[in-house]
Amino acid sequence: MSESELAVDMAPNVTSWALTRHRFSEWLKSPRPYLMLIGFAGFLGFWYLSVEVWKLPRFAEMPGPTQVLREWFSPDPTYGLSVFVEEYYLHIWVSTRRIAIAFFLATAIGVPLGLLLGWSVRFKQYVFPVFEFLRPVPPLAWVPLAIVMFQGSETPVIFLTFLASFYATALNTMLGVESIDVSYIRAASCLGAKRWQVFRHVIVPGALPFIFTGLQISVGVAWFSLVAGEMVSGQYGLGYVINTSYTMVRYPTIVIGMVTLGIVGYVTSAAIRFLGNSMMQWRVRELALGGDR
Amino acid sequence: MPREAARKGGVRILDAVKMYGAEGSGVLAVDHCTFDVPAGEITVVVGPSGCGKTTLLNAIAGFHSLSSGSIYLDEEMLCGPGRLKAAPGPDRIVVFQNGALFPWKTNIDNVAFGPIMQGLMRRRHAYEKARQMMADAGLRGIENNYPGEISSGVRRRVEIVRALMTDPKILLLDEPYRALDSLTKSVMHEALLEIFYRNRVTIFFITHDLEEAIFLGHRVVIMTTRPCRPKKILDIDIPHPRDYSVLTTRRFREFMDETAAAVHEEAIKAFDAGEKER
Repeated sequence: MSESELAVDMAPNVTSWALTRHRFSEWLKSPRPYLMLIGFAGFLGFWYLSVEVWKLPRFAEMPGPTQVLREWFSPDPTYGLSVFVEEYYLHIWVSTRRIAIAFFLATAIGVPLGLLLGWSVRFKQYVFPVFEFLRPVPPLAWVPLAIVMFQGSETPVIFLTFLASFYATALNTMLGVESIDVSYIRAASCLGAKRWQVFRHVIVPGALPFIFTGLQISVGVAWFSLVAGEMVSGQYGLGYVINTSYTMVRYPTIVIGMVTLGIVGYVTSAAIRFLGNSMMQWRVRELALGGDR
Repeated sequence: MPREAARKGGVRILDAVKMYGAEGSGVLAVDHCTFDVPAGEITVVVGPSGCGKTTLLNAIAGFHSLSSGSIYLDEEMLCGPGRLKAAPGPDRIVVFQNGALFPWKTNIDNVAFGPIMQGLMRRRHAYEKARQMMADAGLRGIENNYPGEISSGVRRRVEIVRALMTDPKILLLDEPYRALDSLTKSVMHEALLEIFYRNRVTIFFITHDLEEAIFLGHRVVIMTTRPCRPKKILDIDIPHPRDYSVLTTRRFREFMDETAAAVHEEAIKAFDAGEKER
């Protein structure tokens, strides 16, 4: 009997990858990518003109776009860093590794904590006030204590990176649980689900959209605090590159570090978005139909 | 299965009172309510929005406690003196106002959810039965879709099938068709009756739509505005099975005429009291 259900059964084959591809081709057909290119061209053009052509008063010291590009793609860079230099990738690797560890820890601790905060009123009453008291303390304020608390230069940086991510993940997960319509919980218990079954079948999947919003924010703020941490300590990493290039007056390298951060940061958040879409097929397909129910 | 189910699911509500908030200052939602929901029949409760009828349904389902009084299901006390809140259970399944199919589960996963959670059937059997029940209800072909991919009318039907999977004694429907347009609604009514004729499950149905109430119900209980109390109980003697031609019969119009005034009077009271839409 199940073989005969053809018509509507086509829909389940919409994977997030197919959807991404479809969206991309739709995007190419719309005016958006071209407007985007014009926007970038305007920005780069202004940069070029103000720095390299007009040499405006406050801009004269700045590295211009052609200078940065030449340096970035030079086999023999003047200031020692380009895509042809092995050290460039070492910096990227070190930063990415720190992000990965911090993000993994923040998720592994933040999601269960957030689920518990949202699920158990008693637990929330114990923990949430402390949480809310610590949360507004900016990661940078933790720098001295982080250095005192942890050995070496690696762990303090990871700790700082972890902090902001952790708050974002835990808080969004908690809000996710609290956002679940009570009807779902009631329906599940009507249908005979025990407490832990409700947790597994309603609370966790119901909170998932918020959890992934939290993870997106989390990975973003992780890069924020990573760069701050790397400026304070360490011998590698993109934040370190930017900071030392400043003290060593290697201005084009600063911009190379910044652009690289932008690219790597974008890739990490796109990866999380992709993971979220593949874990929440129901949402992908609902949105594909244009409904926002 | 349908035959012996006919004798199950009678609910007796005795002197039920529900007060919200602190003693004295509280709002009285249900005021000494007493009536019967006969087994194997459709009982429709009609009242203005916010009159407290959902409170009554929640007390039967076990989501809320009563302040006093008692509710029996087939002579067995659900709640009453000593235990004012019933335990929710698979013998009384609610179909919610805004629908509560889990959007993260496919339709068939939703339908098979109850028996699997209760450990009544092996997964494979649960899915076989779910597939069969959906096919019987004319829902073949959407098993592997998510609820967000089907229309709200079809979602309601899937939800009713889900409710029937473990042969509950009574279905509690809380204005399930409120959000539907009137054309879809009329289709849904006939679909519900068809399911009822096939399963003979007792149905407790809440609505503010009088026409819906008379069309569906063996018994119509008209409620006063908050606090809610039965104002008028009618046994609708239009023979079942019914279909939409009933709406144009004289008997149907007579029932409408007989009740419209009572309902309208309560609606005005509710309006004057500035009751908020709930």
